[in-house]
Amino acid sequence: MVRNTTLGSRTFDIANIAILGLLLISCLYPLWYTFCVSISDKSAANAGLVTIYPIGFSLTPYKEIINDRLFFNAFWISIQRTVLGTSFSLLMTVLMAYPLARPKKDFKMRNTFMWILVFCMLFNGGLIPWYLTIQNYHLINTIWALVLGGGVPVFDVILIMNFFRNLPKELNEAAVVDGAGPWSILFRVYIPCSIPVLAAVALFLSVYHWNEFFSGLVLMNTSDKYPLQTYIQQLVVNIPVGTNLTPEQYKKLSELSNRTLNSAKVFIAMVPMLIVYPFLQRYFVSGIMLGAVKE
Amino acid sequence: MMRKLGHQKHYYLMLLPGMVWLVMFSIVPMFGILMAFQNYNPGAGLFKSQWVGLDNFKYMFQLNDSKTVITNTFIIAVGKIVLNLLIPLIFAILLNEIRSMRYKKLVQTVVYLPHFLSWVILSTIVIGIFGYYGVVNTVAGMFGFDSKLFMADSGIFRQLLIGTDVWKEFGYNSIIYLAALTGINLNLYEAAAIDGANRWQLIRHVTLPALTTTVVLLGVLSLGNVLNAGFDQVYNLYNPLVYSTGDILDTWVYRLGLQNLQYSLATAAGLFKSVISFVLIFISYRLAYRYADYTVF
Repeated sequence: MVRNTTLGSRTFDIANIAILGLLLISCLYPLWYTFCVSISDKSAANAGLVTIYPIGFSLTPYKEIINDRLFFNAFWISIQRTVLGTSFSLLMTVLMAYPLARPKKDFKMRNTFMWILVFCMLFNGGLIPWYLTIQNYHLINTIWALVLGGGVPVFDVILIMNFFRNLPKELNEAAVVDGAGPWSILFRVYIPCSIPVLAAVALFLSVYHWNEFFSGLVLMNTSDKYPLQTYIQQLVVNIPVGTNLTPEQYKKLSELSNRTLNSAKVFIAMVPMLIVYPFLQRYFVSGIMLGAVKE
Repeated sequence: MMRKLGHQKHYYLMLLPGMVWLVMFSIVPMFGILMAFQNYNPGAGLFKSQWVGLDNFKYMFQLNDSKTVITNTFIIAVGKIVLNLLIPLIFAILLNEIRSMRYKKLVQTVVYLPHFLSWVILSTIVIGIFGYYGVVNTVAGMFGFDSKLFMADSGIFRQLLIGTDVWKEFGYNSIIYLAALTGINLNLYEAAAIDGANRWQLIRHVTLPALTTTVVLLGVLSLGNVLNAGFDQVYNLYNPLVYSTGDILDTWVYRLGLQNLQYSLATAAGLFKSVISFVLIFISYRLAYRYADYTVF
């Protein structure tokens, strides 16, 4: 690029570096703040004295968490749900994407199925019918409600389908000439050719399962069945739904919350995401682009 | 040819598990929509409940809540759509002007992060920062201001929702613009610079035109979101004190249906949202196809 060294241009460069630096801090500071509150002295944290560094030092919240059976239980449910849910959805997705990637002359019903899928993606019955259906299947209070809930992510099916369609046709033809059937073409040719895309989709599915709290809240009746996000949500949003709340009462409620302990829990809940994040980063650029650009 | 037709039954077999799932978890619930036209009684079920025509809808629109909720949903969603298009655009352009590759990479890595954290986590942090004993009040106190209950102030709640949402997503949303920017031929900048263009003119006449198609396409595709104000975020941040400006369709449906057990009314409100969103998405896809040659499948 051309070096432009006028005064105006250099001022712009410095201002630009500063603006982006501020944005960078705005994204890091909240995480740092949470960590600081979690290890600060309890009274200092509750009085709101913590700003940019911990005040006092105490590991009490972390010790309390180690003895919190419900927290670890919720953590474990989240792990199970993420592993099972991601594998299930990924398998469904790949199995649907391959036949739908066939041209219409090879698979006559392709467009019919495609329309059903797109309709299911764009329209839904809403919260109450969804809840009553799951209840009818007797899945309430089981981990399967959480695992199957993610089910078939139609958007990902379309994404992988588009990727399959852009693979060279010769791959398919050569395999057919060699006598391979659809299953071996899918598992021995197409899947090995699509590992990076499948990894990206798997990572996004697992982020979804790890972060999702709502089905845990609605479909689980007891707190020992909650996934981690629902567990945390319950600690923080404990404001009564009554309509006559006054600002004074709201202030009282915020005084009651145990800020150091809650911050410690939130911080631990973030750790798995922070660990996966560097791996995610390799994939999400290609992931988002796949969704955006088509032939 | 025979062999190819023989493949078809395998194709059906591959689609089978996914289709079973779609029927069970997506299509069967769609029949539940009928509840919106009934006075649904869980004991009697869908077949024996009394039919009431459009009464639920009439009742819903008579409620003051429905007007508040629809207005709030619309304002919050449109605010988010517009700012989530523009702020990432500005950010991408600024980032594109950074010359140090390492600084660029560092900024990118950090600003993408909030997108991957859930609203449960982030709202705890937001409440920690804007709450009565949060940093904002602490710092304001140092300058002699009184502490305020930001989270319970209906006057600023929408701004808070839109602001924090933009903060969470601006980095991630900029990825698509940055990808479009890598497609610019660097010779264009050089030629323009030789012709005497300054920094601002380079941005205005080379960088921006490369992004217009993307902005327009994203804008059109977000049309389907004008009733999606973001349940996860609102649910985790709101409280009864800010219902007047912060309660949205999705949270209202949740409270009506699963807390007050008014199944029919909640289904009607949900259906109202689903139908409008469906029509808008359909229109947006047609527009995107006609003007940008974009197809979903």
